[in-house]
Amino acid sequence: MKSFDYIRPATLEEAIAAGSQPGASYLAGGTNLLDLMKVDVARPDRIVDITRLPGLDRTEMHDDGTIRIGALVRNADLARDKAFAAACPAVAEALLSGASPQLRNAATVGGNLMQQTRCAYFYDPHSACNRRQQGTGCDALGGDTRNHAVLGWSDSCIATHPSDFCVPLTALDAVVEIEGPEGPRDAPLSRFYSLPDEAAPGGVDLAHGELITALRLPSDAASFAGHARYLKLRERTSYAFAIVSAAAMLRMEGGVIAEARIALGGVAARPWRSVIAEERLRDAAPSADLFVEAAEAVLQGAEPSGENAFKIELSKRLVIRALQRAAEGTPERMPALPASVFASDTGVSDHA
Amino acid sequence: MPDTHTPTAPTASRVRLGSNAGQPMTRRDGVAKVTGSATYAADNRPSDLLHAVFASAGIARGRVSHMDVDAAKSHPGVVKVLTPQNCPSLEIDPDAKPHAFSWRIEVLQNDSVRYAGQPIALVVAETLEAATEGARLLSPTYEEQPVRIGFDGDAPYDPPAIGIGSAPSFTKGDIDAGHASAEYSTETSIETPIQYHNAMETHAIVAEWNGDRLTLDTPNQAIVMARGMFAGYFGLPPENVTLRSPYLGGGFGSKAVPIGPQLLAILAARMLKRPVKLALRRDQMFGPVLHRGATRQTLKLGTDADGRLTALEHHSTGVTSSFDEFIEPAANASHNLYASPAIVTRHKAVRADIGTPGPMRAPGEASGSAALEIAMDIAAEAAGLDPLEFRLRNYAETDPASGKPFSSKALRECYAAAAKQFSWASRPRAPGQMRDDVGRLVGWGMGSCLFPNPMFPAQARAVLRRDGTALVETAGADMGQGAWTALAQIAADGVGLPADRIEFRSGTSDLPDGGIAGGSGHTASAGGALYAAGSDVIAKLAGLATNDPASPLFGAGNVGVAARNGRLFRADDETRSERYEDILARAGLDEIEGAGSGGRDPANAEARAMFSHGAVFAEVTIDPDLYQIRVSRLVGAFAAGRIINPKLAKSQLTGGMIWGVGFALHEEGLHDTRTGRPMNADLAGYHVPVNADVPSVEALIIDEEDPYVNPLGIKGVGEIGITGTVGAIANAVWHATGARIKSFPIHIDALLR
Amino acid sequence: MPLSISLTINGNRHDTLLDDARATLLDVLRERIGLTGTKKGCDRGQCGACTVLVDGRRINACLTLAASVDGATITTIEGLARDGELHPVQAAFIENDGFQCGYCTPGQIMSAVGLIAEGDAGDDPERIREGMSGNICRCAAYPGITQAVLDAQRRLADDERVSA
Repeated sequence: MKSFDYIRPATLEEAIAAGSQPGASYLAGGTNLLDLMKVDVARPDRIVDITRLPGLDRTEMHDDGTIRIGALVRNADLARDKAFAAACPAVAEALLSGASPQLRNAATVGGNLMQQTRCAYFYDPHSACNRRQQGTGCDALGGDTRNHAVLGWSDSCIATHPSDFCVPLTALDAVVEIEGPEGPRDAPLSRFYSLPDEAAPGGVDLAHGELITALRLPSDAASFAGHARYLKLRERTSYAFAIVSAAAMLRMEGGVIAEARIALGGVAARPWRSVIAEERLRDAAPSADLFVEAAEAVLQGAEPSGENAFKIELSKRLVIRALQRAAEGTPERMPALPASVFASDTGVSDHA
Repeated sequence: MPDTHTPTAPTASRVRLGSNAGQPMTRRDGVAKVTGSATYAADNRPSDLLHAVFASAGIARGRVSHMDVDAAKSHPGVVKVLTPQNCPSLEIDPDAKPHAFSWRIEVLQNDSVRYAGQPIALVVAETLEAATEGARLLSPTYEEQPVRIGFDGDAPYDPPAIGIGSAPSFTKGDIDAGHASAEYSTETSIETPIQYHNAMETHAIVAEWNGDRLTLDTPNQAIVMARGMFAGYFGLPPENVTLRSPYLGGGFGSKAVPIGPQLLAILAARMLKRPVKLALRRDQMFGPVLHRGATRQTLKLGTDADGRLTALEHHSTGVTSSFDEFIEPAANASHNLYASPAIVTRHKAVRADIGTPGPMRAPGEASGSAALEIAMDIAAEAAGLDPLEFRLRNYAETDPASGKPFSSKALRECYAAAAKQFSWASRPRAPGQMRDDVGRLVGWGMGSCLFPNPMFPAQARAVLRRDGTALVETAGADMGQGAWTALAQIAADGVGLPADRIEFRSGTSDLPDGGIAGGSGHTASAGGALYAAGSDVIAKLAGLATNDPASPLFGAGNVGVAARNGRLFRADDETRSERYEDILARAGLDEIEGAGSGGRDPANAEARAMFSHGAVFAEVTIDPDLYQIRVSRLVGAFAAGRIINPKLAKSQLTGGMIWGVGFALHEEGLHDTRTGRPMNADLAGYHVPVNADVPSVEALIIDEEDPYVNPLGIKGVGEIGITGTVGAIANAVWHATGARIKSFPIHIDALLR
Repeated sequence: MPLSISLTINGNRHDTLLDDARATLLDVLRERIGLTGTKKGCDRGQCGACTVLVDGRRINACLTLAASVDGATITTIEGLARDGELHPVQAAFIENDGFQCGYCTPGQIMSAVGLIAEGDAGDDPERIREGMSGNICRCAAYPGITQAVLDAQRRLADDERVSA
């Protein structure tokens, strides 16, 4: 790890002034940044520790239904916040399916939004990677690609976004609140991560020096609370990134889907929301055929970026399953294995 | 010397272990381990300590053309950079193999690169942070050559030997005739990937010189043997080296032989005249410290109309490094388990630009058993038989390979006990018939377990003190299997004392050679030596008493005496006994010393085949559309001779079974075939099982008396648990889905249909 | 520029002049303060061996800059036993053979203490398994670990009832 100056500003203004200096990086929970620094992918000259900034560690449930989550709220605290979990159960389930309890205790909301891809070529300093250094190429292409993108990729980058948290958030129209040298601004999460094109590898809509201060959910977020699930397929039962994951949320009215939200994780450089599929579901009664149609719509245009065609079929099935689970209704209690296909309270949990 | 009932070279029929062995004692090192006071190698902090980090090669084949040594040196805190240009040579060429257990290693002897992750320089600094950054600042450039990775990177060849010195092929009977007479012929092909030991403790060393004496704190599974190997590289007499390894943070086969980074740390400590600590980073565990080699196996089985094997043919190709050889002896798993009139096994090898493989928990047996048990399942299905029934029909009453009788074999009892516990009898034969209460696919499969019972030369010393306590010592290695506890239990029985009245010393090279903690043979080998040393003391003590007219045991020489709980008893009259302290005091002795060695009666070794056996039954639960798999239940039953500590033995067995879960579902070392670089060299990419992966695992222990395997009747439990389990899980996956497994680990996409 | 930090570790205050801002909490504990009970398994938050409690919460010390937890109260494995008496979780790990090599054990135990304090798992073995899945045990002592956490959880709950 390269040597750096460590700065712990007391106010947001000080933080942004320090963070705007060349080579500065903001540090919150550190669970991704420190990891990247240890493998030399991130080499900041200056660490601006924002963990003591006042006022950013609160979750506010407003009367108008909007929810504002401070950027420094820890993942575990948000998932365990009863009012929040009741309003946005799929988000809580996604949070609890990510990483490990220790990491969730440290990782922050803002940091989760800023986490980098887990593409092995991005992490390997010897490999060419446009995301690490634009213009060098993409060694993932033609390499080991089981975990890579099937949607929205280009030859410049086939990496996926690894977050669980951001998948249901994207579907819920979350807005990122940003403070920066040029003042505050909002960015919709659905466009916060740009997809790669032939020229650029994609990245985050955040200028140097800008800092995420909060995440805002619109007033209708809680309207899906009764029928909201997050499902995540993994190579082991827990403590693993998704092969693919899906958030499905339905607002049901009289047995009919009044509104639907669907997004996939692990398939593209951003959580992949499908408005077309959501439209297909609107005002329809849940049925197997309907869910198949919706799944086809979500995966429209999907193409393998390597040895990962299976992810397309798997994603379709996962969308169908997530919709089925959502239609069945949000479980009263968080499953013992959040977001797992083994989440049922029956079966193996009897064995001590 | 009068005859006694505790002879120095007892035979099993005469050994009556006392009140210690056989008891489920908790670990004697338990408090140290749960309070953080157990000292692992990297926990040592001698004063004036320096930290070393090695730079890893970023290519897999070629040479280093340049390193920016100045940049590294100018990083604050860096005190030394070792490269091939300034690295002193060793007394033994690191590319030589002076010992049967030597590997060719890299100690900066030249600038060549033969696998990615190879050490290419060492940076020593005042702090770990400085050494780490110094190593990075070297920014090496390379001349690269095309790499060979996997089974198809190079032409297969016939290796002169497999494993460590084993014959690459074996033939029994007429295999062609066996195939010709078969009613059913089945062929099974299985690939197993590279797997990495990944002990939680990475290889670490603290090296400190004092003149021509060297002290090493480093985890090691073969303490005295390794001391000699380290000494050899530095031209020292072995007694000048002290190797301390009281606790290993896991070994699994990777911590027996010296590796290059350890020697580099020792060299740096000598050059800088200060102690040096080097602990591998996790990513550095994926290259220089051995791994389980990949295999490509094919089995051809012939079965007659009654479901009896007529031919068993097992071929395996193993991948080794370009510069050294360890061929996974996978096909040998078919030698000793199932009866067949004709057995052929053959090994081929392929070279690749990777680190050299080596022994990893059940080397050969794990990979070979995985393939064999799948092949047996397929053959059972072809013959229309239940998998357990098929295995019973092919039960080997004598060793299939040698024809020798087994020293003991309670496999039938294992099958029965595990099957009953699992409720195997209610299993429908056809696949895809079972569902759980929420509609998930459920499958049941089974496999047989087998592991040989090697022993290693081992010595021990025992000293009975006039206060009635004893010091018993051997350089044993506790890598988690429980040597501190199980060996102490045996040692206590050897001297006829309760365990809390012996001081058990172990884990350092200045003690008698405890042999190798490997091959599941440590308890038998070192334990035998400890027992013999105690017996030697007791024989001397009995000699004193029975010849002393003042002793109640006077004249008991012909009927013998027994030692128990700190007293000697007349064998034919237990009312006549005497305390150890009193015998010593009257003889005017401060202590009595005894020595012993472990071993096996050569006549028994020649006459008998010796194996631990077991049976594992697995239940998998699989999502019917999404195919994520969970091993929802494992039940194993094992017969492994005399069990010294059932609590610890069960932990070994369930741990091995969970390694089977990792083999079946998770573990896989991935290399980019274009560059040869490992692509998942961390614990987020290289998956091993986590707690949630193993909801229910149970190991049953089947009583087994073995009068031949060694005087104490001990076999071994460290590795057998992984055998059988991998195949059982794969067979359960078939039973759930109808899909036969062709490669490990079993990924979702292999089942997706 | 050296940083002056203050940590309260196992009840003892440590005022440390940190010579290098790069030092993680894990490396400060192990190499500078000499509390080597906390172990380094992966140094990347992928194994849980370095789990400690920071202000009562279990975290991975390897992904925490020491400078960032200046002023915090830290509990490590060395601080769990009181007056020579093992913490119930420690005792339960011994009784249930919840470890073999012992290297991951300090992290497992600190994680278990954190899990029980979080109160989400209760005596549901499946929730305990999930809640302990951030701690890899290569020896695979998981059945004993799960049982140990169950036993300790029950014992601590009983103690609470008695004292209430």
